[in-house]
Amino acid sequence: MSQPTIRVLIAKPGLDGHDRGAKVIARALRDAGMEVIYTGLRQTPEMIAEAALQEDVHVVGLSILSGAHMALVPRVVELLRAQGQGQVHLFVGGIIPDEDLPKLKALGVEDVFGPGASTQTIAARVRQAAEGRAPSPGP
Amino acid sequence: MSHPVELVQAVREGQRLALARLLSLIENEQPQGEAALSQLYPLTGRAYIVGVTGAPGTGKSSLVNEIAKALRAKIYPGLHASRPPGVAIVAVDPTSPFSGGAILGDRIRMRDLAGDAGVFVRSMASRGSLGGLAHTTSSVADALDAAGFEVVLIETVGAGQAEVDIARHAHTTLVIESPGMGDDIQAIKAGILEIADILVVNKADLPGAENAVRVLRAALDMAGNVGGAEAGWQVPILQAVATTGQGVQTVVESLLRHREYLQASGLWRERGQRRVAAALEARLRDRLAERWHAAQPDGRYRDILARIVRRELSPAVAVQEMLEDEPAPDAVERHPAERAGARR
Ligand SMILES: Nc1nc2c(ncn2[C@@H]2O[C@H](COP(=O)(O)OP(=O)(O)OP(=O)(O)O)[C@@H](O)[C@H]2O)c(=O)[nH]1
Ligand SMILES: [Mg+2]
Repeated sequence: MSQPTIRVLIAKPGLDGHDRGAKVIARALRDAGMEVIYTGLRQTPEMIAEAALQEDVHVVGLSILSGAHMALVPRVVELLRAQGQGQVHLFVGGIIPDEDLPKLKALGVEDVFGPGASTQTIAARVRQAAEGRAPSPGP
Repeated sequence: MSHPVELVQAVREGQRLALARLLSLIENEQPQGEAALSQLYPLTGRAYIVGVTGAPGTGKSSLVNEIAKALRAKIYPGLHASRPPGVAIVAVDPTSPFSGGAILGDRIRMRDLAGDAGVFVRSMASRGSLGGLAHTTSSVADALDAAGFEVVLIETVGAGQAEVDIARHAHTTLVIESPGMGDDIQAIKAGILEIADILVVNKADLPGAENAVRVLRAALDMAGNVGGAEAGWQVPILQAVATTGQGVQTVVESLLRHREYLQASGLWRERGQRRVAAALEARLRDRLAERWHAAQPDGRYRDILARIVRRELSPAVAVQEMLEDEPAPDAVERHPAERAGARR
């Protein structure tokens, strides 16, 4: 059977006020054939985890420009694991200082994309990650 | 949890992740999903299924958000005797015909519902199906029904005129208009008025709402108030402001009145039956086509198609030929082309 369509949640946690970048990524992933659930601005980690669960996504992409990534990402990871979604692939986009990259990877973040990352690269990485596992557990 | 029996058990226990997985299996038309849904089927037929349709941007998602909030705010004895009804929402957005991908953005307007364990929101892409729903939307609604939600709200793709499929899949169809669109009688496509059980002019805070109501009323009168199609129900034309919640309680009350009307008049059962018949018909058609394709020698379909393209065969005769071939023994004798030849 062919791979089911990849479902991605793109979320914008924190209080910073624009989501242009997140929308560009959402469109790029759509153009790469994925179904992108877009939730809008100012999502709490709880809202993100709940949406990831209800939508049964394979991938969660967090767009964080506020600098609060070291507070937000661990919380999202914790909530996803607690609800049985530890297998969901997590990506972070935004302005992340180099010294935080290893910490985010250690938390289980698959990859971090800075403002310069091409949308093709992002789409390819997301696809690769998502197709590395059976999205809904097989028989 | 992938085994249907375990999955069914988990869904029945109210485990939300299990429900989400079941919905994916159904949406992807995987056999485990069908098996699980078959086991859950006896539990279906209880939810009140409401379709919400209307042109793009009229405020469907915003209104669904408000309706769900109003439903969750108190006890409605008709829906559940001792607690507010559980509300599931299925929101369908279009799949891009170019990439096969989709942006599902209806949740943006539903953030008020976050954190309420009595609400479950699921986004779906139309995946090539026309008519405003995905092919599997009805089965997804069945699963949510079986999971115990008393109300299932289905938001269709906002496509303007053709999303009439919803009427076959819901008990009550809510059609949303907004000012500016209702001015033009041409904008009110016949089909959409005919499926409306309740009309809502949303964005009543904007100029032109009264006028939109007037135009809709005139259109309904002209059509002999056929909306809802049955005698005994006057299609109400309501005004609402989904961004503030104004008028929403009236919309909810109209929904419940329509539900009571359906039950009292016997239409509840009739519409339920219509819904089952539509699903059965679609499934039968799919399976028969699948079975036919599987039984064909390689390339036959392509050959027939090529002959039609060359105008050697009409589609009608082609299908006759394709199907009459099936019982092998006397197929040759009954071959329509030969019969035609013999007559000549
Ligand atoms: N002024 C005003 N704006 C509204 C009202 N209801 C919704 N809107 C706005 O209209 C826009 C579209 O609202 P949605 O709820 O997304 O509309 P929709 O019909 O679900 O849109 P699609 O799903 O894309 O077809 C948003 O910017 C809303 O904030 C209203 O009552 N008044
Ligand atoms: Mg919408």
